[in-house]
Amino acid sequence: MKLLGYFHSVAARFFHRSQTEADMEEELRSHIQHRTDDLERSGLDRAEAERRARIEFGGRERIKEEVRESLGGSFIDILVQDVRYSLRVLRKTPGFTIVAVLTLALAIGANAVVFGILNGIVLRPLNLPEPRSLYGIERSDEDDPVQSYPDYVDLRDRNRSFDSLAACRITEAGVDTGENPSRVFLYEVSGNYFDALRVQPYLGRFFHASDEHGPNSAPYIVLGYAYWHTHFQDDRGVVGRVVQVNKHPFTVIGVAPLEFRGTLVFFTPDFYLPMINEEQVEGRNILNARGTEWIYLALGHLKAGVTPAQAVADLNSIGSYLERTYPKEHGKPIYSLSNPRLYGDSLGRSVQMFLTGLMLLAGLMLLAACANLGSLFAARAADRSREVALRLALGAKRARILRTLFTEAVLISLAGGAIGLWGSVALLRGLSVWQPVPRYPATVPVTPDANVYGVALILALVSGILFGLVPVRQVLRTDPYQIVKSGSTGALGRRITVRDLLLVVQIAICAVLVTSSMVAVRGLVRSLHSNFGFDPRNVTIVETDLSMAGYSGERVPEMQKRMLDAARTIPGVEAVGLIDWPPLISGAYGDDYIFRDQASDLSPSNAAATAYSFRMSPEYFQAAGTTLLAGRTFSWHDDKGAPRVAVVNLDFAVKIFGSAGNALGHFFKLHDGTRIQVVGIVESGKYKGLTDDSAPAMFVPILQSPTLWIKFGNPFEP
Amino acid sequence: MSSQAQILPGTLDLLILKAVSLGPLHGYGILLRIGQISGKALLIEQGALYPALFRLVRQGLLKASWGVSENNRRAKFYELTALGRKRLREETEGWNRLAAAMGSALAAEPEEI
Repeated sequence: MKLLGYFHSVAARFFHRSQTEADMEEELRSHIQHRTDDLERSGLDRAEAERRARIEFGGRERIKEEVRESLGGSFIDILVQDVRYSLRVLRKTPGFTIVAVLTLALAIGANAVVFGILNGIVLRPLNLPEPRSLYGIERSDEDDPVQSYPDYVDLRDRNRSFDSLAACRITEAGVDTGENPSRVFLYEVSGNYFDALRVQPYLGRFFHASDEHGPNSAPYIVLGYAYWHTHFQDDRGVVGRVVQVNKHPFTVIGVAPLEFRGTLVFFTPDFYLPMINEEQVEGRNILNARGTEWIYLALGHLKAGVTPAQAVADLNSIGSYLERTYPKEHGKPIYSLSNPRLYGDSLGRSVQMFLTGLMLLAGLMLLAACANLGSLFAARAADRSREVALRLALGAKRARILRTLFTEAVLISLAGGAIGLWGSVALLRGLSVWQPVPRYPATVPVTPDANVYGVALILALVSGILFGLVPVRQVLRTDPYQIVKSGSTGALGRRITVRDLLLVVQIAICAVLVTSSMVAVRGLVRSLHSNFGFDPRNVTIVETDLSMAGYSGERVPEMQKRMLDAARTIPGVEAVGLIDWPPLISGAYGDDYIFRDQASDLSPSNAAATAYSFRMSPEYFQAAGTTLLAGRTFSWHDDKGAPRVAVVNLDFAVKIFGSAGNALGHFFKLHDGTRIQVVGIVESGKYKGLTDDSAPAMFVPILQSPTLWIKFGNPFEP
Repeated sequence: MSSQAQILPGTLDLLILKAVSLGPLHGYGILLRIGQISGKALLIEQGALYPALFRLVRQGLLKASWGVSENNRRAKFYELTALGRKRLREETEGWNRLAAAMGSALAAEPEEI
């Protein structure tokens, strides 16, 4: 009741301030008039009586102040006063104010951007019902979440931990909707995908596990909302339409809701189709190939009451079963659970570590800014010691003076925070629509949300209080008598100690920041200038996928040879080569188990190495500028009828044969027992990423390859 | 001056309530009334009155309205609310108990113990 009354009074006073003030003024005047009347009646003349009445009454302003205090609302009054006063003071020193605000704007802006990215990528769960119980399955033994289809089916059917275990794979295909055929990115998903994720269609229906009746039995497509919007102009009649995917007819049965953007961050597919139809998309039937790992991620909701630890134990017992039952295809898989949206731990952990590190650095930057502003404020408070002393001498309470100083600090930090946030929101919005790799529909979903605003506000307030705290001791120790008399502060030694400390902190933090950025820049420069194993200058890449045009089997290499010949006739072209996955472009290559020739046990645990494998045309090395160290490259005669040959990189030669000399002319074995002869050795390079350690790689003649790599000579240089 | 007692902290509110209970009064009138009913023994600083008055209005013990005084001047008149009347009764009883207890305690003689 009292509290309510207080708030009521505060509110009333806040909104009827001028009225209350006028009321009070009139009442006091009335009082003095009545007193004057009395005094006049006792014999004084009017003027003298009024003078006496005023003197008796005392300081009217002081009484008004006391009345205001008794009415409550003084906190807000004082705040308003302080803010006004601080604004006035800050306006008087625009240089200081601008520097302070900009310093903080940069520091808080940097923090907001980094937090925005952390929030968008790591912290914000997938936009799905009950995201907390959603887990992806990770292969700890291989450090990635990739599965073969039969393994996925075993996991799906044998586990007792998941409500329903779904699977997805990103792939691309050629789509013909009746207009221009175009390339799209899509998810191949298990039939239970949408049901397992508990998503409802925006339009039409989704496919279900019950739609799967063996290979190629479910030619259905669910469109992503964005693709439906851009390619079908929101046409609600799209359901039931037949489109051609890699020349195979698929029926559009529904549209996914706008907020459903797939289950992998960065990568929103154009549409979804059942994995059971993969042969029509991939051009080969791998549904029964236990050794071919092509499913990106298996994921699902844990059953209510099942802990992640129990689920992992359950999965690993299935892992033991798989190892026992299929020893030829399997080592022992070790499963664990991971955050599904970051492609499992292999990517997720590094992204998380990178962002956490970045966040720490940004935090340090803010701390350095605070230390900087703290010493600025201390210096300012010292300069203003006479003002503080005068105010103390006139009866101001120390607490009140500190409040004013804090108000200044917080005002500056809020202004800095606002500017920083404004900049970072603009940056984050830009990032969100940015497509870092033009080839892929990859986006960075970091649109700022309430979390980002909240964090920026808290950072601003905390830093304001942090650097506002610095001059507190100084004010508390101020001796007005001494200062007014001598014109300087007494506690000179003390003050300099505090500021020295801040300076040391600042220098230390800056040293850390500068060093780490130098290290990062040097690392970048070094990886940009390192040996890639090919020469990227003056190279143009053309990409084709013949399976999108319905080519398969024997017709593929034949067509590719014709394309290469055609490309070679283009004026200015020096060399043309072809490879299935150009190094450093996609980053996702098959690993092949490599065995020594004398090995008889071809189980994965017995492999001598794993190697990236590339399929290429004879002229590829010439076109890519890869140096042939020994032996020969292929010719067009290394075809199906000829013995299997390979060119390997130096790492491969050293790892399998001990040295380059031992490798040439010798054989190694693949997982399926194929013997391959090494006919050439090329320099090692970077294949997956710039930061890779060098790794074994082998190049085999094309059997079926979807990529053209063309090298153009520069016509302006001889 | 020695005949005038310093008022104890907290008693000003009670005195105001008592003064107003005898009839609506403006601020200056309340001062006069307190002087009158205390036989000029209790003197209140003029300025100290108003914070107390505003506080009592806020607490809902008094209500105020503008009117015209006996001097024909505009003045704000205060009167008790029902809550104020109840508070006055309670505080009076409490004060009387305290005064009686203090009186008897201070009147105690050695032989009575």
